[in-house]
Amino acid sequence: MARAVVELVGCTRDYAGVRAVADLDLTVHEGELLSLLGPSGCGKTTTLNLIAGFVPPTAGRVRIDGQDVTERPAHQRGLGMVFQSYALFPHLSVFENVAFGLRERRVPRADIERRVRAALALVRLDARAEHRPSQLSGGMQQRVALARALVYEPRVLLLDEPLAALDKKLREEMRSELREIQRSVGITTVFVTHDQAEALGLSDRIAVMRGGRIEQLGTPREIYERPATRFVAEFIGASSVLRGQATAVDRVRLPGGETVRVVGIDGLREGEAVELAIRPERVRVTGEAADNVVDARVVGVVYQGVQTEVTVEIGGGQRLLVFVPEPVPAALAAGQALRLHLPPTAFMRLNPAPGEAGR
Amino acid sequence: MLRLAVLLLVAFMTLPTVVVIAVSFNPTAILSFPPSGFSWRWYVNVLTYPQFQRAMWNSLVVTLGAVAVAMPVGTAAALALARGRRGTSLWSTVLLSPLVVPGVAAGLGFLILGAALGLLRSRVVLIAAHVALVLPFVVRSVWVSARNLDPTLERAAASLGATPWRAFRRVTLPLLRPGLVAALLFAVIVSLNEFVVSLFISTRLTEILPVAMFTYVVNYTDPTIAALSTLFIVVTFVVVWLADRFLDLGGVFLHHRG
Repeated sequence: MARAVVELVGCTRDYAGVRAVADLDLTVHEGELLSLLGPSGCGKTTTLNLIAGFVPPTAGRVRIDGQDVTERPAHQRGLGMVFQSYALFPHLSVFENVAFGLRERRVPRADIERRVRAALALVRLDARAEHRPSQLSGGMQQRVALARALVYEPRVLLLDEPLAALDKKLREEMRSELREIQRSVGITTVFVTHDQAEALGLSDRIAVMRGGRIEQLGTPREIYERPATRFVAEFIGASSVLRGQATAVDRVRLPGGETVRVVGIDGLREGEAVELAIRPERVRVTGEAADNVVDARVVGVVYQGVQTEVTVEIGGGQRLLVFVPEPVPAALAAGQALRLHLPPTAFMRLNPAPGEAGR
Repeated sequence: MLRLAVLLLVAFMTLPTVVVIAVSFNPTAILSFPPSGFSWRWYVNVLTYPQFQRAMWNSLVVTLGAVAVAMPVGTAAALALARGRRGTSLWSTVLLSPLVVPGVAAGLGFLILGAALGLLRSRVVLIAAHVALVLPFVVRSVWVSARNLDPTLERAAASLGATPWRAFRRVTLPLLRPGLVAALLFAVIVSLNEFVVSLFISTRLTEILPVAMFTYVVNYTDPTIAALSTLFIVVTFVVVWLADRFLDLGGVFLHHRG
């Protein structure tokens, strides 16, 4: 088991009576990149600020490397942080921006020169050392911010939506570059984002947050393939929810009357009402009647190039989203009848979300 | 046609200054225009007249004292106004109110207070009054710069290991520089030119230059006062020109750069 580097123990943070983070427990392990993912207002930025030391927790403890740092102000925590707005110092050159943390640590002059050059080389900006931040593009500024946060070899790197201000193409480039740098440096990283694709592509583990709590914590694959709650299923990727009734440990009857076989869902009890989710890319359009095939009627068609997104209605009035890859078998149009194959392994069971459980 | 109108306007605005400068070189002991010749005698008189020498010293002390107090206090107030959330409009009203209080009322107030505290013989009351008078200018100037300051910059400095004081020194203060320089110039100019309030609380020993000039004009009518005024204008202009030339003020005083 990897060492715990950052630990939040029962952390709560209130802002003027509003609970931003509620009794949160979180452990970040040595060398991993952990994402805090959720919609705005879910508490992910507050969680990051608790780790950084910008806000004290209303209750709970913060530990770094086993040491309790709850009472320690930000400037004594020795962490590196990259901000969404870059927060580069406009009156200082790129070199001086990167050197800032070293100067605060009273590193000898010759070492500063060498280490700043190395950090700028790491982000491929060695040629821009004498520029002002305002003379650089957004992507370059973000790389300067990254070099500035890494140069003094902090214990933990905190990233607050570092890619959100970049345009789409640059964001994707920076994403892989960020991952590469994080891997090569091997630094423990906490990454805040509201972008699920970013979190899936970058993270070792993802904590999906909602209402100040962690809804699910797991690897990207676990989060995507086995979402613990309906919220996670709908926030990460697209999914359709089907309500039905279990007729056996591996059978569920849908409201339209069809019974489907499900595989990989434990603890199904006969007669129990269940909520299943299915990813639109797992649903197949098929010709023949077979097991797990249901009749559907096309409601809407959205052409997206690489695939066509089709909304259908199945028996009992439930709607289902289907991604039909190219080449699309026949011209799809609203009102058309289709047969859909729902693979038995494609179903995910949604536990009732906390607060929605009828207790 | 437009050019002529602008020319007339400029002439109208600068005419009094031109008259004063011209009269200051008049060789005869009367304030007449146009001057009847050229002479430096009134300039010599300005620099050798003991009461003016004392008043210049008083002006220097009072202005430096007032600026030394008003700059840090005004800067702190401006930062608080730029960052505070609650009650900032109330505070900005309070801090800027000296601009709307008539000088006579303020002068009378300081006179009564100074008398009650027995401080009228010292320059303390003058300095205190000047602090109150220049503070709105300082707060306003610094506030403009402080408002444009990104608050995450200080957080960034803290994350890099800077103590709050170091973050202020290395990040906040340098970024406030244009506002601070403008504030300093405003404070010096306003303080050096202050007359109404100072008249109430000056004694013969503590009076500052504008008050001494007024006293002189009441008693004498030679061009000495024109010479002193000319010196005043030249010094002020040179200071503002130098500041605008060598410090980036964004054209607060003289002109706007593209």
